[in-house]
Amino acid sequence: MRDVAVVSFAQSATRRDQTRNEVEILLPVLREAMAPTGLTTHDIGFTCSGSSDYLAGQAFAFVSALDAVGPWPPIQESHVEMDGAWALYEAWVRLQHGDIDTALVYAFGKSSPGDVARVLSLQLDPYVTGPLWPDAISLAALQARAFLEAGHDEKDLARVVARSRRNAVGNPHAQLSGDIDEATLLDEPLYADPLRMHDCPPISDGAAVVVLAAGDKARELCERPAWIRGIDHRIDVQALGSRDLSQSASTRLAGEKAGVGGRADLAELHAPFSHQELIVAEALGLDETATSINPSGGALASNPVMVAGLVRIGEAARRLSAGEGERAVAHATSGPALQQNLVCVLEATS
Amino acid sequence: MTEVLSAPHSMEFPYTRSTGPMVGAFLTGLRDRRVLGVRDSAGRVVVPPPEYDAGTAAVLPADELIEVASEGVVTSWSWNPKPRLGQPFEQPFAWVLVQLDGADTGLLHALDAPRDAIRTGMRVRIRWAEEPVGFIKDIACFEPAP
Repeated sequence: MRDVAVVSFAQSATRRDQTRNEVEILLPVLREAMAPTGLTTHDIGFTCSGSSDYLAGQAFAFVSALDAVGPWPPIQESHVEMDGAWALYEAWVRLQHGDIDTALVYAFGKSSPGDVARVLSLQLDPYVTGPLWPDAISLAALQARAFLEAGHDEKDLARVVARSRRNAVGNPHAQLSGDIDEATLLDEPLYADPLRMHDCPPISDGAAVVVLAAGDKARELCERPAWIRGIDHRIDVQALGSRDLSQSASTRLAGEKAGVGGRADLAELHAPFSHQELIVAEALGLDETATSINPSGGALASNPVMVAGLVRIGEAARRLSAGEGERAVAHATSGPALQQNLVCVLEATS
Repeated sequence: MTEVLSAPHSMEFPYTRSTGPMVGAFLTGLRDRRVLGVRDSAGRVVVPPPEYDAGTAAVLPADELIEVASEGVVTSWSWNPKPRLGQPFEQPFAWVLVQLDGADTGLLHALDAPRDAIRTGMRVRIRWAEEPVGFIKDIACFEPAP
């Protein structure tokens, strides 16, 4: 395998953005990510993006986002109708071919114009589940009940939320942050029983950009690159009632294949709902006493759909490059109730 | 006088799809008020029946479907405080995963029961639509079993 590293990362602030379109959100983030590398669009070997036309409500909406890249003369480019973490996976595979040394990965999504919990119903089985239009919050709540009744306490969920809010105080890109104690959180009423409102993610619009480089090119572009030591993604069976919702078999398998080994200085886990962070950490064998979990606040603090997974990889890499640790685990999820999961192990040394 | 031209326009994909041997048989079963599943490689009776085995990817036998009961047990549930367009009820209701008697997996649907009465493990049964047509909504919802 060819050594590939994250050499640059940038993200937008996340909020409900009622004035800018996707290209306008993306353009300054692309410039910010490219600037420290000194590269231009035409120095990049391969460009890959992640987004969903269902958010924009328009077929091939991702094509217009290329305006932010400036793809003329033509460039080598691809797109996944998934979170940008899977675009990064495709770019990593493309770099393994060996004929190019750099790749640009970006993701963008505006969740705020529609009802994103309903839009996400469209990813379900179209014959026996989709016609009932179960929304993403209801399905996450079904999973939360299965998790709680498998021997967990709602105090565990409140602890995750309180830590997310606290950690997000130091994250200028976060949407929700603050110092809230667990007892105050538990005093709030149930919303989608067994979930409270704060167990669910905010509605966020945003974009993120990662620059990847291989071997000596990475060392040339970045003082302390975050090397991808392992990356893998796996999927659980489609029917929600056919899997144990209290666990994540696909995360466990992806973590084993990516070589997590239960060791990391920090972990960025893509868990839009509080209980999901606990399920993912357990599947990866991560222990909160040894690993700083979601130091950015994670997806509970900011959840731009199609972007938040790529942000996990970018945040983990950025922190390693800044010397906050030597080994990190990043995780991204897709589909209802943690159906599909990607795990990436990153390392940086001086 | 100016004639205003108009024409109907509907947003649609103007093609039909086959639901295939397995999902098709399941939906046809619903039309007859029967619920069908299939035994997978691990020996579990899976409802609704998938065409391919989740563990081995083997084709599962569409000619060996197993009928399960229209009554079963709630294995998980959630409260939906904000019903959305297209969902089974317009007022707040519960989503449930129900393991029908004879099945080893859960079927997702809505439950018509007061919130205080709902718990994991409760017995429920299918309330059939008045005129089943071979669609998942032939199951109107679940209701508490007497």
